[in-house]
Amino acid sequence: MTAYSMTQNSFEKDRDSLKAKKFMMWLFMVSSFIYFAGLTSGFIVYTAGDPSRGINTILPDSFNYSTAIIALSSLTMHLAYMAGKKLQFKSQNAYLVLTALLGIVFLVIQFRAWGVLFNRGITFTGNPNASQSFIYVFVASHLLHIVMGIILLLQALKFRLAKVDPMRNTFRLEVTSIFWHFIDILWIYLYVFLLLNQ
Amino acid sequence: MASTAIQHTLEHSGHSHDDHGHHHETFLTKYVFSQDHKMIAKQFLITGIIMAVIGMLLSILFRIQLGWPDQSFPLLETFLGKWAEGGRIKPDFYLALVTIHGTIMVFFVLTAGLSGTFSNLLIPLQLGARDMASPFVNMLSFWFFFTACVIMMASFFVESGPASAGWTIYPPLSALPQAISGSAAGMTLWLVSMVLFIASSLMGALNYISTVLNMRTKGMDMWKMPLTIWAFFLTAILGVLSFPVLVSGVVLLIFDRSFGTSFYLSEIVVQGQILPQQGGSPILFQHLFWFLGHPEVYIVIMPALGITSEVIATNSRKPIFGYHAMVYSLIGISVLSFIVWGHHMFVTGMNPFLGGVFMITTLIIAVPSAVKTFNYLATMWRGNIRFTPAMLFAIGLVSFFISGGLTGIFLGNAALDIPLHDTYFVVAHFHLVMGSAAICGMLCGVYHWFPKMFGRMMDDKLGYLHFWFTFIGAYLVFFPMHFMGLDGVPRRYYAFTEFEFMKEWLTVNTFVSWAAIIAAVGQIAFLWNFFYSIFYGKKTTQNPWGSNTMEWTTPIEHLHGNWPGEIPTVYRWPYDYSKPGHSEDFIPQTTPFSQTMSSNLPHDFEGNPEAERIQIEWQKKQQAEGEQGV
Repeated sequence: MTAYSMTQNSFEKDRDSLKAKKFMMWLFMVSSFIYFAGLTSGFIVYTAGDPSRGINTILPDSFNYSTAIIALSSLTMHLAYMAGKKLQFKSQNAYLVLTALLGIVFLVIQFRAWGVLFNRGITFTGNPNASQSFIYVFVASHLLHIVMGIILLLQALKFRLAKVDPMRNTFRLEVTSIFWHFIDILWIYLYVFLLLNQ
Repeated sequence: MASTAIQHTLEHSGHSHDDHGHHHETFLTKYVFSQDHKMIAKQFLITGIIMAVIGMLLSILFRIQLGWPDQSFPLLETFLGKWAEGGRIKPDFYLALVTIHGTIMVFFVLTAGLSGTFSNLLIPLQLGARDMASPFVNMLSFWFFFTACVIMMASFFVESGPASAGWTIYPPLSALPQAISGSAAGMTLWLVSMVLFIASSLMGALNYISTVLNMRTKGMDMWKMPLTIWAFFLTAILGVLSFPVLVSGVVLLIFDRSFGTSFYLSEIVVQGQILPQQGGSPILFQHLFWFLGHPEVYIVIMPALGITSEVIATNSRKPIFGYHAMVYSLIGISVLSFIVWGHHMFVTGMNPFLGGVFMITTLIIAVPSAVKTFNYLATMWRGNIRFTPAMLFAIGLVSFFISGGLTGIFLGNAALDIPLHDTYFVVAHFHLVMGSAAICGMLCGVYHWFPKMFGRMMDDKLGYLHFWFTFIGAYLVFFPMHFMGLDGVPRRYYAFTEFEFMKEWLTVNTFVSWAAIIAAVGQIAFLWNFFYSIFYGKKTTQNPWGSNTMEWTTPIEHLHGNWPGEIPTVYRWPYDYSKPGHSEDFIPQTTPFSQTMSSNLPHDFEGNPEAERIQIEWQKKQQAEGEQGV
């Protein structure tokens, strides 16, 4: 076998393996979604058990704002991905940082929403109506995903622009953006679920 | 050059390209933090075997208590200290023993030890891949598992003892640290260990699925995959879809335990104290637990079924009977396993109509299970059977699967389950159908693929000895339990001395304990055989069992990337055993049809007209030559 065909072969193999790794991210999202499906069906089973259970309050407005923010961050994520594909690494970095910042803003707003709920006397602990405690569990589990997403975003940043391997960069961006869009959609699912049950 | 290419392939994404060319392997990267799927498989296997021995010893401890409840064994006090004061195991510790025995056996041995070993070993080797989709995540998977094992064992060294709420850890017992001593620190460690374990098995499952779907070699379409791979693949899917639900259940449990929420707790009085938690529902936990818990038993048995399919076909020298039916029955079991969890909850005050639905779905599972059983029998029927130790264990699995499966039909009926619930009948049922059957499948795999893993053979005679001790021992242990259960003897009871109606079962318990001890002693034959053969066993040949699958085309000496040159192409399904017209009784998957003209059949070409034309021309030519000869 010639050296040329060998390198080409390994190049192809590498792409194959990247495809398989990207697929693992999809699978991870499936399992993560199942986790939330478990929680939300737990909510349904629990709430249906007794008429006194349920959210029994109007959800804080903060959730509307945070939903807008996370939707916006999906847009900046996509812009980062497009920039990376066009090999514009500087603007890729800028959009990634912007996305991460929006993620942090989202996190802060979610915390403030908890504060609003807490001030209404809807506490996480010691609450005989655990349907209300579920709100905290949904948000906290989702925030854990946001933190993971921010870590992925920071990992996708490129500091030595001269040394960027475009193929691996695009792969990393793709994985990051798939995940980020997923947690965006995940929050919308959770929020709509809560709205339908309030 | 070849090694460069292979290494490049194996490299984990995002890591540097710095060390091109040479392969520097230190002890640490080769044996400890290995990213090679074959080494990770061995790590899973040996950890699994160690955990299995621990789980077995725990069971012997509680069998001693059940067999001789009034007798004192001073030796126990020497080893267990305050857990066996006066040489008798304490009730608290008895509960811890059954809990940890169950946890270890179900999760650490039959989930991680079985799937972890054989999925890791066989998926890349039988599909023709250089390694897993992500070798790095694969390594993490093992180390999470190992850490989980260490934490679970560490719970024996905390003052309040290991978790004792049973392997199903139902709240409120598991949710209130003050409930019993086993609900304190031991329960916390149990939960931490299980979270790590779930993370490990998810990482493994993601890898298995992605590798099966993306990294098959040329020619290996899904319908040419060996049944082992189908089983591992579907098992991994079950894991991805069910384990996260257990996580959500456990997360809520952790909040109840440590943060004062009341998801599962309501109106509880402990030691005269009214607890503040109100409005929770313990049944909610059971739903979340069994939504994982039932698929989990198929996670345990399906890899064993896959391994058995392969071993039975190879050693009967016959194609597996009903390959497609085998695959569809695995798919059927996988789908059905998600809609039967309620049969664990018939006595929770479930609406009888809902119970009826769960009953019907449960009984339907008997259909794919029976399809598999009959296919095994039909494969062996009039086969040229070679009774290797692996084959004996495969037959053992079929036997246990039948005898344990039949009682599943009893228990699946709500009307019968209500009196039988939580009796020894249930213990007998699941120990036969998922305990003994799955462990037989695992041992079958160990005997069969030992030459592939270690390059040496295990000793056959010790294997036979091991098989008969295990097979007869398991039946003697678990079969009498059916009758105890029918008499209403409840499981998890510390001693049979306090209730009049249970006293007559004391002698049976002594018998069962003796059987368990003898079967356990028989395992020494295995352990000796296994560890001795790793170092001093007879050197293996390239393809010791005359098998068709691809793993036997790799060199005996392991190398990174599995095949030295290009990965072979696959041309045929894996079960061409004893094909009429061929000179040998097996044709490996990598043999093209052009080399087996004398044995090709019309349906081999899957409607490819060109290949059919060549075959017909060849046959005409042969015929003409034959006539000339006459």
